[in-house]
Amino acid sequence: MDYLLTFLPWLLAAVQALLYLALAPLLAGWLRRIKARLQNRRGPSLWQPYRDLYKLFGKEARVATTASPLFRAAPYIVFVATWLAAATVPLIAVDLPTAMVADIIVLAGLLALARFFLALAGMDIGTAFGGMGASREMLVSALAEPAMLMAVFTLAMTAHSTNLASMIDAQLAAGLVLRPSFLFALGALVLVAIAETGRIPVDNPATHLELTMIHEAMILEYSGRHLALMEWAAQIKLVLYGALIANVFFPWGIAQSTAPTALATGALVILLKLLALAVALAISETVLAKMRFFRAPALLNLALLLALLGLLGHVILEVGS
Amino acid sequence: MTDRDWLLEYRRRLGEEGVSCSAPDPDTLAPVVRLSLAAQDWRRAAEMAAALGWRWAGIWGDPGPEDCLVRACLVHDDRRVLLETRVPWSEPVLDSHARCYPAADRMERHAQDLLGITFHDHPHGHRWTRHRAWREQDHPLAPDFPVHGHGPKRTPADTNYPFVRIQGSGVYEIPVGPVHAGIIEPGHFRFQAVGEEVLRLETRLGYVHKGIEKIAVGTEPAALARLAGRVSGDSTVVHAWAACQAMERATDHGVPARALHLRALLAERERIANHLGDIGAICNDVGFAFVHMQCARLREQWQRRNHELFGHRLLMDVVAPGGLACDLPADGIDTLRADHQVLRQDVEPIFAIVDDHPSLDDRLLGTGRLSREDARMLGCTGYVAKASGLSFDLRRDQPYPPYDRLRVTVPDLQEGDVASRVRVRMEEIHASLDLLDQLLDTLPPGEVASDLPRPAPDAQGIGLIEGWRGEIMTYVRFDQTGRIARFFPRDPSWFLWPALERLIHDNIVPDFPVCNKSVNGSYSGHDL
Repeated sequence: MDYLLTFLPWLLAAVQALLYLALAPLLAGWLRRIKARLQNRRGPSLWQPYRDLYKLFGKEARVATTASPLFRAAPYIVFVATWLAAATVPLIAVDLPTAMVADIIVLAGLLALARFFLALAGMDIGTAFGGMGASREMLVSALAEPAMLMAVFTLAMTAHSTNLASMIDAQLAAGLVLRPSFLFALGALVLVAIAETGRIPVDNPATHLELTMIHEAMILEYSGRHLALMEWAAQIKLVLYGALIANVFFPWGIAQSTAPTALATGALVILLKLLALAVALAISETVLAKMRFFRAPALLNLALLLALLGLLGHVILEVGS
Repeated sequence: MTDRDWLLEYRRRLGEEGVSCSAPDPDTLAPVVRLSLAAQDWRRAAEMAAALGWRWAGIWGDPGPEDCLVRACLVHDDRRVLLETRVPWSEPVLDSHARCYPAADRMERHAQDLLGITFHDHPHGHRWTRHRAWREQDHPLAPDFPVHGHGPKRTPADTNYPFVRIQGSGVYEIPVGPVHAGIIEPGHFRFQAVGEEVLRLETRLGYVHKGIEKIAVGTEPAALARLAGRVSGDSTVVHAWAACQAMERATDHGVPARALHLRALLAERERIANHLGDIGAICNDVGFAFVHMQCARLREQWQRRNHELFGHRLLMDVVAPGGLACDLPADGIDTLRADHQVLRQDVEPIFAIVDDHPSLDDRLLGTGRLSREDARMLGCTGYVAKASGLSFDLRRDQPYPPYDRLRVTVPDLQEGDVASRVRVRMEEIHASLDLLDQLLDTLPPGEVASDLPRPAPDAQGIGLIEGWRGEIMTYVRFDQTGRIARFFPRDPSWFLWPALERLIHDNIVPDFPVCNKSVNGSYSGHDL
């Protein structure tokens, strides 16, 4: 019995990590479908991203003659680092054994690791596009990363912890309280999420124009399973940010125990939250054109400013009350 | 003839410079006036025209047994003069116009590669249309060069082309193409950039050289019309019309009025279809897919109607020498009228979004600006010129039937940026819909086809048609037996590609695709 009790939470943690893998293409498919609907199109099936991944895994991976071993290793590193980062974000249940490592600094570190290798791989072959994409990605992320940390620190100050599980617990314990600092932090995190996941108006994931690409330019030379891993990692990252926003700011519904009903509710609620966030993203991507590249830093500066206002708001309005 | 005063003035000025010229048989190439001069005066005649502010509109050679008759067209408002000179094969050298007319640069190199005439004092005298499919000493338009080239061997890659390189700290080169993502034609772009800023763009074209001019030699008039319809697939109506007009002028043949009306109807339909596609594509290039999808839908419906009424989505092979290959069915008039009304209503909300969406404005306003001076110097016509303050349109300024009896409104914008090129297209769609209604209202009854009479030996003609992309000028000469001896279709794209190289200056690399799409030069029409 004891054995089962210690084993079950670990099993749950593993299931949750696998859920990230399984859900990621679905969310991408849902997003594409909503965008198609908003453009008066029927759009591809919800399962198309799964088919695409299946197809890519079955194809031969062509590698340029100038590629170093790093180019071959990068897809695996990027995929695993992104997946690990995702596994630290509570998805359906909050008190899992992985909560010990579910630290926001770890999350940022893992994402930075993935990005580092992505950018290196982009430059590895020596084509102009890869280098261009890598340089743009670094410009965007150098501005996005501090904004993200600032936004999360605002929450951390309330919860007195940088641990995601503790933050969610604190949020649940406080109940439905409107905190100005949280609003600012939410705004900042949404902007960062859009920039980091390469969505319109910062990057256009659907474009075929090499010269305008950021993320796609770095993976332009990949094919077969390598490309599949890169694309899957990008989809996981989107779910990761969705889950982060949904569960840290609106944690209600997440399972606080390992009871089957709580888990079922948790799963259902997070699914609905992610689908709703995707609808919001699809609407914003439909009404906005992609920004001129040099205006993206202004957007991220706004994110940083919002995050700072959140911190200030917390100090001025909420400390001591 | 007061009409020719401008020409007398030009000749008087040339005379002051010591240049003597003669006007042989002025009406053989009407409405263009021929002016014959000696080869050594070739450059000075162009310098004089440049000083008068005339536009340079093309050069081509007509090879004969002993010499090559080289012609260059100059345009002064709505009047044009054709400079002619003979270059002997014993010494095939001619002065270049490219120093006073930058627009002449590539067309002279095209003539050099195909005919073997060397242009003296050319700023960049190296190859252009010739990649490596034929040898340096070979010239495809020479009579002894076989139509199929020299054997079926594989063409080696086009290496060692002397691109201009910029040196300096932080300057790097971005090669793009010739194979691109998406379904577009091949062409190579070489950027010199520092950071994201473009310092220089050089295009390298010729990848879709099809040997149009060579294939045309020896064809029948009907076959030439089909060939002209394939110079550039998106301009099939206007290229075929220009070739037919040239042949009809050469044979002095009157085309039935109904056929002319329907040709104009087809040309305006082609204009609307292409403009719709372009507006959508420009928006798509800045990540605004909504407009792209809507325009693609409207264009698709428009082209399906083409197929239904005329048997081809792009209207290929409908225009034929002497008239048209098929008539508009009797019930077609009402269908088309209803279509026009539907399109007017459908584009209204879409154009309202394109016109006034802050997020689009942010990308399109001020991007890729082409000044009026540059547009004039480079000889641009069509929407690029109309967006930069040069409102010239053959349909209004030098009208050919049936436009001589129609009201043609021509957009005139000044800013010269991507947004104005989009706005010109939107205004032209409205203007074309009005024209289409006028054409249907005044559509005469009668036949649409007539037989082209047998041409006199060496009969020649010039076709001038305003295509959706700009002015198309086509030269046709028959041989002794009534077959084609020389065919040169000059697409407006010759002047749009240099304009693109110019307007991309000081823009950033990620803005290039939208600038390119807003200019939308034809690769095929340029490579020939």
